[in-house]
Amino acid sequence: MDRKALLREALAADKQTIPQYLDYESPSVNVTEWLRYSCIPVYEQENAAKDPELASSMEKALSLTDSALSFRVGFLVVPLSWDEDGFPVFPFEQRSEKLKKNLLGCDKAVLFAATIGSGIDRLIRRFEKADPKMGLLLQGLGAERVESLCDAFNEEVKEICKETGRETRMRFSPGYGDLPIEVQKVFLPLLDAERRLGITLSESCLMAPSKSVTAIIGVC
Amino acid sequence: MNIRDYMKDHFLFLDGGMGTLLQEAGLQPGELPERWNVTHPEEIIRIQKSYYDAGSNVVLSNTFGANGLKFDDEELEQLVTAAVKNAREAARQSTGTQEKFVALDIGPLGKLLKPYGDYEFEDAVAMYAKTVKFGVAAGVDLVFIETMNDSYDTKAALLAVKENTDLPVFVSNAYGADGKLMTGASPAAMVAMLEGMHADAIGANCSLGPDQLVGVVEEYLEYASVPVLLKPNAGLPRAENGKTVYDVFPPEFSESVGKLLEKGVRIAGGCCGTTPDYIRAVVEKSKSITPVPVTEKNLSLVSSYTHAVKFGESPILIGERINPTGKKRFQQALRENDIDYILGEALKQQDAGVQLLDVNVGLPEIDEPAFLLRAVRELQAVTDLPLQLDTTDPVAMEAGLRAYNGKAMVNSVNGKEEVMSVIFPLVAKYGGFVVALTLDEGGIPDTAEERVAIAEKIIKRAADYGIDKKDLIFDPLAMTISADTTAALATMQAVHRIRHDLKVNTSLGISNVSFGLPSRNIITSTFFALCLQDGLSAAIMNPYSQEMMNVYHAFRALHNMDENCMDYITYAQNLPAPTMTAPAAGAAPAAGGEAAASGSGEGPSSELQKAIVRGLKEKTGSLTKAMLAEKKPLEIIQSEVIPALNIVGADFEKKKVYLPQLLMAAEAAKSAFEEVKVAMAASDEGNSGSSRCPFVIATVHGDIHDIGKNIVKLILENYGFAVSDLGKDVPEQTVVDEVVRLHAPIVGLSALMTTTVPAMEETIKLLREQAPWAKVCVGGAVLTQEYADAIGADRYCRDAMETVRYAEEIDEELKKSN
Repeated sequence: MDRKALLREALAADKQTIPQYLDYESPSVNVTEWLRYSCIPVYEQENAAKDPELASSMEKALSLTDSALSFRVGFLVVPLSWDEDGFPVFPFEQRSEKLKKNLLGCDKAVLFAATIGSGIDRLIRRFEKADPKMGLLLQGLGAERVESLCDAFNEEVKEICKETGRETRMRFSPGYGDLPIEVQKVFLPLLDAERRLGITLSESCLMAPSKSVTAIIGVC
Repeated sequence: MNIRDYMKDHFLFLDGGMGTLLQEAGLQPGELPERWNVTHPEEIIRIQKSYYDAGSNVVLSNTFGANGLKFDDEELEQLVTAAVKNAREAARQSTGTQEKFVALDIGPLGKLLKPYGDYEFEDAVAMYAKTVKFGVAAGVDLVFIETMNDSYDTKAALLAVKENTDLPVFVSNAYGADGKLMTGASPAAMVAMLEGMHADAIGANCSLGPDQLVGVVEEYLEYASVPVLLKPNAGLPRAENGKTVYDVFPPEFSESVGKLLEKGVRIAGGCCGTTPDYIRAVVEKSKSITPVPVTEKNLSLVSSYTHAVKFGESPILIGERINPTGKKRFQQALRENDIDYILGEALKQQDAGVQLLDVNVGLPEIDEPAFLLRAVRELQAVTDLPLQLDTTDPVAMEAGLRAYNGKAMVNSVNGKEEVMSVIFPLVAKYGGFVVALTLDEGGIPDTAEERVAIAEKIIKRAADYGIDKKDLIFDPLAMTISADTTAALATMQAVHRIRHDLKVNTSLGISNVSFGLPSRNIITSTFFALCLQDGLSAAIMNPYSQEMMNVYHAFRALHNMDENCMDYITYAQNLPAPTMTAPAAGAAPAAGGEAAASGSGEGPSSELQKAIVRGLKEKTGSLTKAMLAEKKPLEIIQSEVIPALNIVGADFEKKKVYLPQLLMAAEAAKSAFEEVKVAMAASDEGNSGSSRCPFVIATVHGDIHDIGKNIVKLILENYGFAVSDLGKDVPEQTVVDEVVRLHAPIVGLSALMTTTVPAMEETIKLLREQAPWAKVCVGGAVLTQEYADAIGADRYCRDAMETVRYAEEIDEELKKSN
């Protein structure tokens, strides 16, 4: 089954679905975002583009990452119910006002984890000491890659929802605003993320590989 | 019957999936299956019996997730003991007539180890050891480590087994669709490491179906000299009516597994999605297949955490530059705990084309075991080249071998009994490819015959420890011909005889041969060529020597080791153009196109300053070198490097240049510092490389974000501060201890997450108590002035330059008050 068919089936289900896994091709690189994540603000970028050294470093970063990344997403869909205080009920404990507001009016939510794998972390290690500028560009590129992967997944969810006249909310991540990062301890096992995506959690709830994202997309 | 004996003449059949069957029996999502060993023993026994009934020889105890991270000791013991009892009971009840064994199942802890994660290797070993002890006490026939997706984690588990039992142990890894483990290891790398540590059978399970694992299995069969196992999923999963279903059914599954049994797999079962029907089909299928004998592959392998290097075919270059002998600059780095210098040498040699790195950090006044351990870990965080641990201290050797992720090269043993009796046991335990010097109690013999005799003695002694000669590589010792002109002949003859008569690999420290002679490169590289012709398998050499690299590439091309001479052509194309007339060092470069990158009023006033401002690393180095002929090292720092950095720093503060440019300038300045350090080390001006106060820097406990911290460190170093970088996720007391040790007047703490700011606050509190003299500045994405005030910091610094300015203030005050 192709990705969209899988998503369509999961979004049509009326109870919590089992986790499923999708592979993506490398999304096209958003250079503006890449440079922004590399500490070059958007208003500086026109200036930066004239720097031939930067251009050749960027080219090198792209060729280094060319075959070192994989683009995987694990997701499941949960029907939403609400407790007496109006907070959405998830398999994890949380009382986030911001998430509550984000999900107001939704009847289900997509929980997903996206990762570009550990190859990027090895590259960053390799370069951050020997060539800090390349380290920074690789950090930035990794952040852009995983965000672009989330965008690609999010876009497909949105399109499928549209088919049945539904809409999606902005994706919302553990650790953002008042949604505690500790929910990761339940979030990731729900997706069997360690075994299926290779994502592990540190004591302080940070993900490895570092270029991984978890988020919730409300559907209304 | 003992399972080791049974395996010799039979296929061994494993069980299939457990998770799906437990769910069918009523296991709820989120419920820990290991608890069912106690709460629902009848269900566990029923499922395991059905596997024995289907023909499984080995059933795994229901202990995949039974570890000390999930359960306290008391419950863990209870669950593991019950699990083993259940499997035994299943074997007893089964009507199957085959040989039956019970295996203690060990799955991953689910923690990623340092350096990529936050979990300590030794903690992982201790955690696995708990499960192993309980399982062994409960009476299993073997231990089965499975679904491991990281080589270091696999090593931790296998070490825990080996340190607690002599039972047979099987090790199975989970490969991705790219044929690698999640953290990058190839099957050949795993074979090298696991055979070195004496796993009884190795192979792959989970993640993919049998057809997708063909490539992985074939690589195992090519490299492994122990039985290969396969426990694949029932193809790929998908959802159907809210349930996971797999797309390969028993007939196709057994067909695919059968093909791999024909190719040489000896141990087979199933993983996720497989049921007793799958096992029954595989057992049935195998009846028409004769087991392929397991043969000794006689491969000489070393490995890193990504790949294996094979000795005995194309010659192997081992970079010799990580070694303090005769290198003042390197000795200085060791004394100053300057690990970055060593990492830099590693990466430079890797770029120069070596396949292995020799690591020698022995210096009388340093704690060699501790430093070698640290060096191994740090090197393996930045380079994927396998390492050769080079030390005469057995304690350091064990520390390094234990921490090493892969199968290391061991440098060295020799024919002395006292050396063999301490090093060989280490190699037997941790695995290793051992350099053996042909000398003994009687010294280095003059003749090739006597050296070969010592080699034969070492081969015999190694065999006593279970170490095959494929894991030995002889160094018949190159001596200088300036002392004895027959020396090189004896060495070359010994190389020839050891390689061709004893059929063992050889290695040499090449450069000794020319010691005491002028233009040493001519002699050394020619000697290298002659030794290669005599069968030399590896050389410990200087990869920066173009003559040596010429010989290596030419030899490979001439010996049909370089298909279509492609490697040689690439090498030749990248050779530096012959220098017709060397430009006078420090001479004014061509005018034009040299406009400063900055728009500040105070532009750079010299070529060196321009080079730094523009971030030209090599040019900065060569200009500094030239300038050292006229100016004093510290004067160059004061009048050239620091002013140039100030220009870039000021432009950064005015947002005229951005961070990558600042980093480029910092890197360029660093190359100026390097030249200065070399000059000062040579002139014995002491260790006064830095002229400013110590600065302790760390990312706080619980936080692993260190990009910002690393940038601040780099810039501070540029400004002459003696930065002690404690790394990331640093415990509070560690920071305090270092500040006390150095009596550092200033500490920089970094945190990126709100959740780790409390750790920052705690660190500051402890500093106030135990190091009240120290000023604390803080930075990181979540911090603000208000936040910094609230946790009691002295200063909030928003970026690297602000930190420099603050540190300068403190340093000035300090100098005034002295």
